[in-house]
Amino acid sequence: MKKEITLKINGEEFTKEVEPRTLLVHFIREDIGMTGTHIGCDTSSCGACTILIDGKSAKSCTILAVQAAGKEITTVEGIATTEGVHPIQEGFKENHGLHCGFCTPGMMLRAIELLEKNPDPTEEEIRWGISGNLCRCTGYNNIVKSIIYAGAKLRGDELPSTEPVFVE
Amino acid sequence: MIQCKTSKEISGMGHSMKRKEDDRFIHGKGNYTDDVKLPGTLYMDIVRSPYAYAKIKNIDSSEALKIPGVLAVITGKDLEQYNLHWMPTLMSDTQMVLPVDTVMYQAQEVAAIIATEKYIARDAREAVRVEYEVMKPVVDPFKALDADAPILRTDKPDKKDNHIWHWEVGQKEETEKIFQEAEVTVKEQMHIPRIHVASIETCGCVASYDKVDNHLTMYMTTQAPHAIRTVFALVAGHVGLTEEKIRVISPDIGGGFGGKVPVYPGYVIAIAASFLIGKPVKWIEDRSENLQADSFARDYHITAELAGTKDGKILATRMKVLADHGYTDASANPSKFPTGMFSIGTGSYDYPNAFMEADAVYTNKPPGGVAYRCSFRVTEAVHAIERITDRFALEIGKDPAALRFQNFIKKEQFPYHSPTGWEYDSGDYEAGLKLAMKGIDYDNLRIEQAEKRKKGELMGIGLSTFTEIVGAGPSKDFDILGIKMFDSAEIRVHPTGKAIARFGTKSQGQGHETTYAQIIAEELGIPAKDIQIEEGDTDTAPYGLGTYASRSTPTAGAAAVMAARKLRDKAKKIAAYLLEVSEDDLEWEPGKFSVKGAPEKSKTIQEIVFASYTNHPQGMEAGFEATHYYDPPNLTFPSGAYICVVDIDPDTFEIKVRRFVAIDDAGHIINPMIAQGQVHGGLTQGIAPAMYEELIYDDDGNILNGTLMDYLVPTAVESPSWETGHTVTPSPHHPIGAKGIGESPTVGAPPAIANAIVDALKPYGITHLDIPITPYKIFKALKEKGVLDKNIVES
Repeated sequence: MKKEITLKINGEEFTKEVEPRTLLVHFIREDIGMTGTHIGCDTSSCGACTILIDGKSAKSCTILAVQAAGKEITTVEGIATTEGVHPIQEGFKENHGLHCGFCTPGMMLRAIELLEKNPDPTEEEIRWGISGNLCRCTGYNNIVKSIIYAGAKLRGDELPSTEPVFVE
Repeated sequence: MIQCKTSKEISGMGHSMKRKEDDRFIHGKGNYTDDVKLPGTLYMDIVRSPYAYAKIKNIDSSEALKIPGVLAVITGKDLEQYNLHWMPTLMSDTQMVLPVDTVMYQAQEVAAIIATEKYIARDAREAVRVEYEVMKPVVDPFKALDADAPILRTDKPDKKDNHIWHWEVGQKEETEKIFQEAEVTVKEQMHIPRIHVASIETCGCVASYDKVDNHLTMYMTTQAPHAIRTVFALVAGHVGLTEEKIRVISPDIGGGFGGKVPVYPGYVIAIAASFLIGKPVKWIEDRSENLQADSFARDYHITAELAGTKDGKILATRMKVLADHGYTDASANPSKFPTGMFSIGTGSYDYPNAFMEADAVYTNKPPGGVAYRCSFRVTEAVHAIERITDRFALEIGKDPAALRFQNFIKKEQFPYHSPTGWEYDSGDYEAGLKLAMKGIDYDNLRIEQAEKRKKGELMGIGLSTFTEIVGAGPSKDFDILGIKMFDSAEIRVHPTGKAIARFGTKSQGQGHETTYAQIIAEELGIPAKDIQIEEGDTDTAPYGLGTYASRSTPTAGAAAVMAARKLRDKAKKIAAYLLEVSEDDLEWEPGKFSVKGAPEKSKTIQEIVFASYTNHPQGMEAGFEATHYYDPPNLTFPSGAYICVVDIDPDTFEIKVRRFVAIDDAGHIINPMIAQGQVHGGLTQGIAPAMYEELIYDDDGNILNGTLMDYLVPTAVESPSWETGHTVTPSPHHPIGAKGIGESPTVGAPPAIANAIVDALKPYGITHLDIPITPYKIFKALKEKGVLDKNIVES
């Protein structure tokens, strides 16, 4: 009882037959073969599977693949352009916003939407804005710094220093 | 300021070089275990016990096997035929792979499904019918040794109770005498809660057995691929899987924190299934399975005591531990001591005497524990000593910072011999605490606090000035199943001057691909960007014991230095030959040898390397490669001075960490940016058990918070904005004076937070609260003290 769906992922159109119960995250990882979107829990708590659906961030473990039919999906594999990395990718690398990298794709996609809605967020707004995404490695300091950096880059403002600051 | 000896181009030690591994991660090109796809892969799912303690009466797989795509349902009885139903733990206890007749904890593996698809395997899991005879479990460790407690390990014929081991260290008689005669003694009973590492990637594997070649390739989430290969060979050697036929590959790991050191039953079942079927078998556990069944951490009940004088001199400490290990001692403990490094519990203070003892018991809970971002049981010891130190300060009415200064081991006392037998390598505890106090403006905070107290506001300041013990370890005391805890590095420099280096460790986010390259760059002057680092493949990397216990830099990092220095010696010989001078006439600066007094006559390291392949001196071995296995002469002893300020809402008792300043001393720092990142992350894993996380079981052994819906991993909102800094006291025995940083913050943060909260409640007579300290615990404690209005309704 498979159902045929057509959807766009990172600009490319896919038509596939799926079981109606297939979660979108499994469809992306197993059927399409893009493994940058990760799975970190079974209760929609961790946000490692966050993608963009028609530009809005969503946890792809809470959505069935059939519900995504006709939609445009962006995963981590689709955010860099031919000109280079997305500012959020640059922000994470320059500011040591990742350690193991497992939460990073979801975290970056969540941040992209956050910055679209609020181009110059305060630290507090960033912390609440990413509170649906768990990171166990970084302690979030540098994720916040990465998002502030990406915001500045997207706005065309002067980039903040990426040097670590220490209590002296 | 950190001084760098190399240029930014070379980026040796001290440069905040951006991480080399990040490019693949930010593009979603990391390769984690679940990303490994092999043709013909089968999927495994696991039926788990709903009960904590039960006899298995029957397992009916018939309905499951009728589902198209289900190939097998494997039970303990199936494994028993191959003598694979039990396996050794790393502590030489035994653990079931699958039970034959009894389950010992809720969520224990009962049977495994092998199917062609993930969803089909899950369908089959629901279709397996298991009949249990439920028994009354042992949940409370304090009742495990009661005369009427059921004996859990009936598989051990000689076992007459649930006691696992007893351990003690120190001066028992002297300590008792001091306690009898001391002017002041204080005592608190504390629980360091059972918690979980909860790395965002769960555990899993792809076991791929080739029947023709009799060869197993095992992709798995392991922090210690070589040690695990040896364990597999020990478990499965009798069925023909000997060590040369096993290749363990640890791909990118999504966080480990000690939770990926043990061998979990799922790995072994997947191997057995692949071995029998001859196809790759993938097993990736759910988060809930991960929280409920994988090894826990901590769970120490400690009675901590301190004896001292009225004016603040500390004289002795006494600690008594009850350790709840679950149904088997599956500790991921690299030492010969069953309590690991708990005996670091005299901390940063000059104790003349100490006595510590511990007893471990079996209960009907998951086995463990793991060394969760901790060299095993250091977190527990540090919490006890830092809490009881504050308790003593409270008792005699002395400022906790002043008390610490009074009792610190002084800089000139190193190497310092602790009363529990350790030789601390180096430290400057006063410098760290002074910097932390300056950074947070301690004196003014105390003034602010005094004013707030007059108004009834709840503000607390907490200190933790801890000594860590990492880098396991010297072969005399440290091994896993007899294999000594050395680690290794192999450097190969190619003719064009670019290099690859391989290690026996395995990064799980620590940034080894960058920091190891920087260490080699420092020693050889080859730019770090030109040095590729590889770990995690037992077929290519030299044997090592893996990454945990902050051991990578102290052991494998040192091995890299030693291997690089062998190469520099060789480079010097080649340079002397090329420049036609004696070796004594050469001097080194990062990247080249030049003739003393004639700096224009020089050879770069790249020219020398090229010559080693093209024009090496007669009689010299060609090529430019070196390997080193480093057995550390001692552990390293990082330290930290942490100060935390909390404000507690007087109505809701919500705790807000206003500021947290962490000053660490990890000796020489390889990459300040990465070291700071490690501290940030560790601090958040410190606030977690201090305020949020605990695995809770009811009287029937049911886990009450076994999912991420109710096990509270801190988000960015709960995590404060951390402020960090460092002092630098090099380790005298480590070749680059480095000590290890990863676990210090996880170890040091919880007591700083607990001390701050207890300090806030000091006016109300509260002397101790067990972590995690929640608003409800504060409410209850104040209520018990009769502080709260009688009409406050208990929620």
